[in-house]
Amino acid sequence: MQISITVNGVAQTHDVEPRTLLVQYLREASGLTGTKIGCDTSSCGACTVLFDGESVKSCTMFAAQADGGTVTTIEGLAPSSDEMHAVQQAFHEEHGLQCGFCTAGMVMAAAGFLAENPDPTEREVRLGLEGNLCRCTGYHNIVQAVLSAAKKLQGAR
Amino acid sequence: MIPAAFEYVRADSADAAIAALAEHGDDAKLLAGGMSLIPLMKLRLATPTVLVDLGRVTDLSYVRDGGDHVAIGALTRHRDLETSDLLATACPALRGVAAEVGDNQVRHRGTLGGSVAHGDPASDLPAVLLALDATLVARGSGGTRAIPAADFFHGFLETALAPDELLTEIQVPKAAGGWNYQKFNRRAQDWAIVGALAVRNGSTRVALVNMGATPVRARAVEAALAAGASAADAAAVAAEGTEAPADLNGSSEYREHLARVLVRRALEAAGL
Ligand SMILES: Cc1cc2nc3c(=O)[nH]c(=O)nc-3n(C[C@H](O)[C@H](O)[C@H](O)COP(=O)(O)OP(=O)(O)OC[C@H]3O[C@@H](n4cnc5c(N)ncnc54)[C@H](O)[C@@H]3O)c2cc1C
Ligand code: FES
Ligand code: FES
Repeated sequence: MQISITVNGVAQTHDVEPRTLLVQYLREASGLTGTKIGCDTSSCGACTVLFDGESVKSCTMFAAQADGGTVTTIEGLAPSSDEMHAVQQAFHEEHGLQCGFCTAGMVMAAAGFLAENPDPTEREVRLGLEGNLCRCTGYHNIVQAVLSAAKKLQGAR
Repeated sequence: MIPAAFEYVRADSADAAIAALAEHGDDAKLLAGGMSLIPLMKLRLATPTVLVDLGRVTDLSYVRDGGDHVAIGALTRHRDLETSDLLATACPALRGVAAEVGDNQVRHRGTLGGSVAHGDPASDLPAVLLALDATLVARGSGGTRAIPAADFFHGFLETALAPDELLTEIQVPKAAGGWNYQKFNRRAQDWAIVGALAVRNGSTRVALVNMGATPVRARAVEAALAAGASAADAAAVAAEGTEAPADLNGSSEYREHLARVLVRRALEAAGL
């Protein structure tokens, strides 16, 4: 079947099998390998992207369901090639990653979360990221990074 | 993991979905948020040959004031329940429990109708519908019928819905009284190992999650409370009449113990 999705601001049309998962579509048809497949069982959040502005697990959605919609992946988050998004910048500054495997999903989940809750408490950040697992960091610096990004984004408003 | 191949049908209305079900029979499955069905398809535990996507049936996504009840479209997402202003005053228990389902990503996709139609005894939201005696409206080729929540859940992943029926609306009686939901799990995003809901709406209603093949009312607790028992004494009979499953997360005895503890906590937190 033919589907059209706007990925990172660029309209794309592809022929796909209906069973193609959104994550497969993004990595294989769109060539955007920043989105990772971790568990492949809807648990870890490594595959998180924004669909119509909201965080979703792209391993648990068919590309066909995204037909006509917009998707933002980690490649499309930064405003330009020499400027990081506030959440990316904060992960860098607060050392919110170690191996980096969960990071694309964490950053996308955090960006989606902050759009819904711009001024969260630490507890709200932890609950907001409950769909994302990190095997390395113990979460502390990730939570600090999201809180710091929230402050920066609020200052920018 | 890639699901088995299927034919994809996009329904743009409830009628179109019902017609597709009637045409394809048992081979067809409805796809709402996909948060239960897609994981099963990826594991090939579900292999529908026709998938009828309800994603565009947007007129079944609403939360409306129905007078003595709140009328909720079957395709309303958990996210829309947990942020609903109407539910905040008319049925805070439903709003609050919706916020306990899975994680943000799951709540952005999963729907109330899907949660109910899936018939999983570990799901959170059916407990609210059962406790408040909600009515489920189903539409099929034969017409529309209203099913009381108490008659809806038949067994593990089995409900009163016929294969050609679509759940269209859930009517939840208004209940502005105290409530509390105790969900016991190991990881934040997980299903309840046991869940206990107490809602005070005239009488006190208590429902249990994952204490049998279906969600269940804790009738013995309700009867004890009606007869004047304290929260602690009533909670002592919480496991009566249940058939708690045993799995990696715990034995039946462990779940029975959890039910007693969680029901006491839920009753006390609900103000009893
Ligand atoms: C990581 C993860 C964690 C989760 N944690 C929880 C949790 O803690 N608690 C909890 O309760 N749930 C949890 N869920 C499940 C979630 O709540 C699902 O949203 C819900 O169970 C199914 O809703 P859905 O809209 O996604 O349905 P789908 O997966 O699309 O469908 C489920 C079933 O219902 C049928 N169906 C769907 N809509 C209709 C309809 N309108 N009429 C008739 N049949 C229909 C489908 O054919 C299918 O058989 C979790 C899911 C995931 C992936
Ligand atoms: S890869 Fe999608 S949730 Fe883990
Ligand atoms: S940094 Fe390694 S999994 Fe999170």
